[in-house]
Amino acid sequence: MKHARIRYQGQTHNVMVNEDHSVTVNGQRLSADDVTWLPPAQGTVFALGLNYADHAAELAFKAPTEPLVFLKSPSTLTGHQQVSVRPDNVAYMHYECELVVIIGKTARHVSREHAMDYVAGYSVCNDYAVRDFLENYYRPNLRVKNRDTLTPIGPWWVDKADVADPANLTLRTWVNGKLTQQGNTRDMVFDIPFLIEYLSSFMTLSPGDMIATGTPEGLADVVPGDEVVVEVEGVGRLVNRIVSESEYENLRGR
Amino acid sequence: MARGRILLNRQVRDVTLQADGNLLLDNGNPLMESPQWLAPVTGTVYGAALNHRSLIESLAGAFEDAPYKAAPQAPVLFIKTSNTQIGHGAPILFPAGVDRIQAGGALGIVIGKTARKVSAEQALAYIAAYTVVNEVSQPEDSFYRPAVKAKCRDSFCPIGPWLIDARRVDPQTLVVETYVNGTLRETNRCADLVRSVPQLIADISSFMTLEPGDLLIAGTPLRSVDLQAGDTVTVAIEGIGRLENPVIAEEAAR
Repeated sequence: MKHARIRYQGQTHNVMVNEDHSVTVNGQRLSADDVTWLPPAQGTVFALGLNYADHAAELAFKAPTEPLVFLKSPSTLTGHQQVSVRPDNVAYMHYECELVVIIGKTARHVSREHAMDYVAGYSVCNDYAVRDFLENYYRPNLRVKNRDTLTPIGPWWVDKADVADPANLTLRTWVNGKLTQQGNTRDMVFDIPFLIEYLSSFMTLSPGDMIATGTPEGLADVVPGDEVVVEVEGVGRLVNRIVSESEYENLRGR
Repeated sequence: MARGRILLNRQVRDVTLQADGNLLLDNGNPLMESPQWLAPVTGTVYGAALNHRSLIESLAGAFEDAPYKAAPQAPVLFIKTSNTQIGHGAPILFPAGVDRIQAGGALGIVIGKTARKVSAEQALAYIAAYTVVNEVSQPEDSFYRPAVKAKCRDSFCPIGPWLIDARRVDPQTLVVETYVNGTLRETNRCADLVRSVPQLIADISSFMTLEPGDLLIAGTPLRSVDLQAGDTVTVAIEGIGRLENPVIAEEAAR
């Protein structure tokens, strides 16, 4: 089953998504193009840096010995088929295709053996970064990773039971139809059970919390006009378009 | 006017503080019981690190060295997740297996309307209220990586007791005092903030949107106040409030 949050005619709805990606609202079947897709959950968003060894090498880092966790706020999240803003006058903004774990029940001091019992399902995010703004304080800092519109997530989340092996899923990114990034969740440095054990060892995780589990190698610059598609096999395909600051202001002004 | 949130018969209720010191419930009735306070905000809680002169001066020699290599340019921000947020009177849990935790008395700034690309000149108009925050943390020996483990433990962000309407408050003049078991241990003057309150809002809102109900922690000084299980810690700001919380061992709370 696929679960989504959508906006239709000014109202927000929690919906199930049909096989053809239509959704049913108040008995009315709406096509995927007729609704505005919102981020599918509303809890705390954790994200992992350098959680694929190949990507860590690409950024000239050794893979960390402890998870590199950072946080995102709701202000950076956006949904499927929305736009993301590339700031003016920057040299390098890249996408990051990631599997997102959705927490299903309150988790505190959970061992890795039991960790998967606390997972409700999975989603997909594109954890954009604007590297020009990197500073060596709480790196990756919010100005790089928490900018408005720079974390598309969705289109939906799928039940855990519908994903046979989350540790063997292909991640792929296309820019304007060209495959630019490919990896597999089996190459995570810290896997999902480890991450749940780690986070819940020092804080309480709640239903709806999301863990964006990091990205493999294959980063590239994206510019206004680009269509960026990130896909996690068996979970979802998240489409998004890059716009300039001025185009974004025009879209908002409508 | 002062507004707060309490738990009464398992329900969240809004209360207002009257001039005579009594609390009125949201239905107009006086509160007869002694209140069980909740954190008075429900939005995202952001903190500004390295925003106090004492802290900047103590680190000045280190900024040019690895891993920092340059002094911070943008505000150094962190997020206090919802599991950290507690009200006046609720216990701060001293985690098992942790050596030291420290108080972080600071001013809390509550956003009143959506703030995006706001100038410093306009910023005060976006503030609804002020409150008192104790930004509890493990000591930080480095500011290089996000301090999730040090700062996002359950109960590490007492807020309250209430919100004081921002009109007629000049944040620049406020003085934050931290007491342990009744003894004054630290004084933090908002006049010593590196970025003033309006400048902070301007710089943050240049890349991300602050929403009504979001809280900004203006900046803790060089940390000096260790807490032990059994202590009572009080953060007081004249004209805003007195936030008092006992510290108890985490095992005792289970």
